[in-house]
Amino acid sequence: MTKPDSLRLEPGAKRRHYWRDLWRYRELFYMLAWRDISVRYRQTAVGVAWAVLQPLATMIVMTVVFGKVAGLSKASGPPYALLVIAGMLPWQFFSSAFAGASQSLVTNAGLISKVYFPRMIIPAGAVATSFVDLLIAFTILLAMLIWFQFVPNWHIVVLPLFMALSFGAAMGFGLLVAALNVKFRDFRYVVPFIVQFGVYISPIGYSSELIRSRLGDTLYYVYCLNPIVGIIDGFRWAILGTPLDVFALLIACASVAVAILVGVWYFRRTETGFADII
Amino acid sequence: MTTPIIRIEGLGKLYKIGEQQRARKGPTFGETLVTAFTRPFGKGSGHNASKEFWALRNVSFDVAEGEVVGVIGRNGAGKSTLFKILSRITDPTEGSAQLNGRVASLLEVGTGFHPELTGRENIFLNGAILGMTRAEIRKKLDEIVAFSEVEKFLDTPVKRYSSGMYVRLAFSVAAHLEPEILIVDEVLAVGDAAFQAKCLGKMRGISETDGRTVMFVSHNLASIRQLCQRVCLLDKGEITVIGAPDEAIGRYLSDAVVGKKVSVADWDDRETTGDARIVEIELQPGDVGEIAVIKMGQPLRIKMEVEIPEPLSDPNFGMLVYDSSGTPLLDLRSLHQILLVGRVTGRIAVQLEVAQLGLYPGHYFLSPWISDTGNRRNLDFPKMCVAFDVSPSGSDVDAQLDRDWGAYFVPSTWSVV
Repeated sequence: MTKPDSLRLEPGAKRRHYWRDLWRYRELFYMLAWRDISVRYRQTAVGVAWAVLQPLATMIVMTVVFGKVAGLSKASGPPYALLVIAGMLPWQFFSSAFAGASQSLVTNAGLISKVYFPRMIIPAGAVATSFVDLLIAFTILLAMLIWFQFVPNWHIVVLPLFMALSFGAAMGFGLLVAALNVKFRDFRYVVPFIVQFGVYISPIGYSSELIRSRLGDTLYYVYCLNPIVGIIDGFRWAILGTPLDVFALLIACASVAVAILVGVWYFRRTETGFADII
Repeated sequence: MTTPIIRIEGLGKLYKIGEQQRARKGPTFGETLVTAFTRPFGKGSGHNASKEFWALRNVSFDVAEGEVVGVIGRNGAGKSTLFKILSRITDPTEGSAQLNGRVASLLEVGTGFHPELTGRENIFLNGAILGMTRAEIRKKLDEIVAFSEVEKFLDTPVKRYSSGMYVRLAFSVAAHLEPEILIVDEVLAVGDAAFQAKCLGKMRGISETDGRTVMFVSHNLASIRQLCQRVCLLDKGEITVIGAPDEAIGRYLSDAVVGKKVSVADWDDRETTGDARIVEIELQPGDVGEIAVIKMGQPLRIKMEVEIPEPLSDPNFGMLVYDSSGTPLLDLRSLHQILLVGRVTGRIAVQLEVAQLGLYPGHYFLSPWISDTGNRRNLDFPKMCVAFDVSPSGSDVDAQLDRDWGAYFVPSTWSVV
């Protein structure tokens, strides 16, 4: 006779109710995300305004450098500053979520070696924290839309789907690198490099159309393997109504799906050993 | 026949020492790549550089519902590994454990406490970490706060708490868990004596009043004796004794080295920073034999030899004397007399002299220690590493004295008035 709460611990025992367990621990997920959010701006003078100031400053620099100095600004279409901010928001979310998730297991080593819970909660909490920052940073976009008197068309209702896609990308890559980082601390140095590299291979300060016109279709689709390209184009399409290549978007969806599958697979394969090697 | 609430069968955990050390230093991805090239067929080649050791092996026992089981053993005996497996933090390498009830484990006081958050916020955070829902915590908040005695500072960030307040708050959250099985690892060693007593009372209540099962590790043998119905003694990962508290505790203490001149350089159970190492203890009682036997009321000299690799200025020395249940009885320290040894290095020896050893006949243990200037932290502290016996003074009157009657012999004068 075993009670409903009974549990058998054996070597290599598959966590039978893995996803149900994860759901049961959702309170802990909220609490950890809440902790990270509420701790983040304590004892700072301007507080949560940092979530707005950072993307705002970067946006201004990029607009000046790419738009005015490099002369990438076009006469037609939405104002260049709007184009930049619509690319900045998903990129800043992805890079901070990805970097945060990658380090999350190591920074919470104390928790992992002393308490049981499904380990996926920790990187998920880190991604959720950055997601809240994204929502706050949307106020810049709103203010700029009013400033430029730009009214988005119906595409805007699809925006949450692109936000979900960026969330998925951050989770997929974040889980993989977080798990790798437990064993190989090299990733502490690799991650900032990837993020910096990402700034150049993603259409943040310019439009992806520019790549297509310079490199041709084939290389353009190779370029689209970077899922951030599809995500940024999606954001711009939804907010500003710029054109969107459906095939490029499908490539982005496929690479996010692969990242999630590989990330979840590797994470689950290694998570039972985290406490032993962290 | 009732099913045991915990059934542990042949449980074992294998660690690779090399792997752990490398992980701590920061393993490199390159190393793995190099290995992949030089040994493309994996571990089949047999040149396994990392040493393996069993932190736990062949551990089997049952725990009945409502029972309180203590686990004792020296450092590295496998107590924490056992508890980590039962808490699902790590997987066993072999064997199995069946847990028939909701488990909550407390392997550390205040896991996940965040210094920037207030006391109230940390109660909710820590509660969630220990497996409570927000509704449960809200319901018990008043009780938790009252138990912790930090009402006034509830909305102050815990980084401004004293260490005592911090510990009280942390233990209070854990004490209000309501699992069917509670697993507690050496957390009573913290806090002041009054609060420790309160925690022991709470633990007793959990098992006696609420009928819940408790497993706990402690170095405090007196609390183990008070609380547990059964005690499991682990040594090098295996069970030596499982049975009545007195039996297990007696066996645990009998492992201490008995002798006149004792090398303690390799004693495992110690707290050390590496700045000093107590290597030898020599007991110089009135009568000299292979086993240190000191007559009650006689003088006792204890010599301590210490190895100091780097120069230290004015360290402090001390000795703790415990009775056979592990209760500390004497606290002898060089601080009481301001012993200035100056700047020392290499092998040095200090000696302490007690003019009249007033302990009642019985079996006793010593923990010598050395601390830094100002006695801020212990540099080396091998625990209960030397044993000695105190025998009756020799007069017929004292022949029947033992530890059951009292602890100290204090000369007294009687007269008819």
